[in-house]
Amino acid sequence: MPNIVELRHINKIYGEKTTNPTQVIFDLNLSFEESTFNSIIGQSGSGKSTLLNILGTLDKATSGDVLINQKDTQKMSKNQVSKLRNETIGFIFQFHYLLPEFTALENVLLPYRISKKPITKEVMDRALELLEIVGLTKVKDNLAVNMSGGQQQRVAIARSLINNPKIILADEPTGNLDSDTTEQVYELLRRINETYKTTFIIITHDRHIAEKADRIIEIKDGRINLDIKK
Amino acid sequence: MKLALQIAWRFLSSAKRQTFIIILGIAVGVSVQVFIGSLITGLQKSLVDTTIGSSSHISVLAADDTSFVDDYMTIVDDLESQSSQIEVLSPVVNIGGILQKGTDKNEILFRGFDLNLANEIYGFDSKITEGNLPTQLNDILLGISLKDELDLNVGDTIEIEILGNLRTLNVVGFFDFNVSVINSTWGIGTLATLQDIIGDTNAISAIEMQIKDVFEAENLALVLDTYLSSSELVTENWMAQNQSLLSGLQGQSTSSLMIQVFVIISVVLGISSVLAITVMQKSKQIGILKAMGILDQDASKVFLFEGFILGIFGAIGGVLLGLGLTFSFTTFALNPDGTPVVPLFIDPGFIALSAGIALLASTLASLIPAIKSSKMTVIEVIRNA
Repeated sequence: MPNIVELRHINKIYGEKTTNPTQVIFDLNLSFEESTFNSIIGQSGSGKSTLLNILGTLDKATSGDVLINQKDTQKMSKNQVSKLRNETIGFIFQFHYLLPEFTALENVLLPYRISKKPITKEVMDRALELLEIVGLTKVKDNLAVNMSGGQQQRVAIARSLINNPKIILADEPTGNLDSDTTEQVYELLRRINETYKTTFIIITHDRHIAEKADRIIEIKDGRINLDIKK
Repeated sequence: MKLALQIAWRFLSSAKRQTFIIILGIAVGVSVQVFIGSLITGLQKSLVDTTIGSSSHISVLAADDTSFVDDYMTIVDDLESQSSQIEVLSPVVNIGGILQKGTDKNEILFRGFDLNLANEIYGFDSKITEGNLPTQLNDILLGISLKDELDLNVGDTIEIEILGNLRTLNVVGFFDFNVSVINSTWGIGTLATLQDIIGDTNAISAIEMQIKDVFEAENLALVLDTYLSSSELVTENWMAQNQSLLSGLQGQSTSSLMIQVFVIISVVLGISSVLAITVMQKSKQIGILKAMGILDQDASKVFLFEGFILGIFGAIGGVLLGLGLTFSFTTFALNPDGTPVVPLFIDPGFIALSAGIALLASTLASLIPAIKSSKMTVIEVIRNA
């Protein structure tokens, strides 16, 4: 399987220009194969969120290369990176991050609309299908503010899939959900991985969840401590 | 583009109270502008109208003011062809005389007009309080003050000592110009009567005219002066004779402009500070959109559109509010005779301009928040969440 994401010699230093800079990631090399389901674990402060942000081009590495789909993102312009992100990567955050002023369906369609392509029937059908998959057909026209935490998170999952991204990055996607809902969300993610062959990279501190992944990577003090492939 | 507009619309409609208050703020600013503008323009128009509406804007007369203008018909024709600004040209003969009734004597200025033409300048029709306009030789129309002073009635005869002779005139009516000097010193007769007195049917004292744009008087007078430079004739215009009124009007315009500029500045500051807060309120949403790959310029368009939408509604509300204020002012602030204290002047062009400025100002005011949102990065939003 080819690598969909590749990190080469990544260093991340916060407050580089101050008198006491903090390095959070140390010369890290890591790659992920297409269609795999990966989890990243680590204590808080280990640098795992920073790593995910760098992977998702949301944050820039101080040094090193980030290759997505074999393209070096460090050399791209801001607009090129935005476009790449829009087309290739879907995000699921811990705190849902829906636009509260929009309905569930509109939120799902947002990444597609950002790409400025006209909304066709196919796209609309896909959005409805995704809402069906996450079990929200009934509340598709509700404003995001009027939904429960679990519902919002499932909308966010449907949204991350609308542009058919190659990669989905999730930062503690079930961090504030109860255990039953957590279980449902993971089953959903796994099913999507199998159906659409989407690569998943998920941060979690739940070992039970992490163990269900194809590969577990543990980050400790900005370095890879463990890398287990099943 | 469409997405940015929709997001802007949703942001605004999801915080209805806040949106309403901003729109109200803009509307109040615009309404003040519309109201002050209409008030000042109305005031100036009525002032100019009262001052010169019923008088000659430009007069052509002999350089030596004791002599007459000969062969006036040709000059009238020539002047008429000089400018399309000229609305009416009216020849007039002015001679001072002394009215005598019994032992009472009153100095008057006996003015002979071609009454059809002069009526367009002076509006005698509406100023006659009693009797008719002079039509026959030796008819005279007198001011209302003289009627009381000399105890005259329509149909009376009166003697006038004029150019050293005594002449008997028939009083045909009385006028009221609302100006006491005119009411007590003017006597109005036909051109023929006055030309008979001077004994020359081809001579007049002056040619009076009214023009379309009263503020063009000075310029047009210059043109006519150039044209008349070879003759013995000169011009007089109302602007040269009313310098203090003109500088008063100028001062008024400037102060009204100042008020309007400061109103715009306060509207701009208000909108940009409120929108700057909105950017902070919506930073999470901007962060999500950026994570999903929205371009920086599209993210900033959201706020430009917000400013634009606020501007549109503010301008519409402001124009309505301003017109409402204006109409209630003309309805409730009245003189004892029922006419408005200040007749307001509604100029659609000016109102459109005020609305346009408000729209532009609102959009400009949203530039700062727009730039701010364009510079915002996803990572700072995530970290601050």
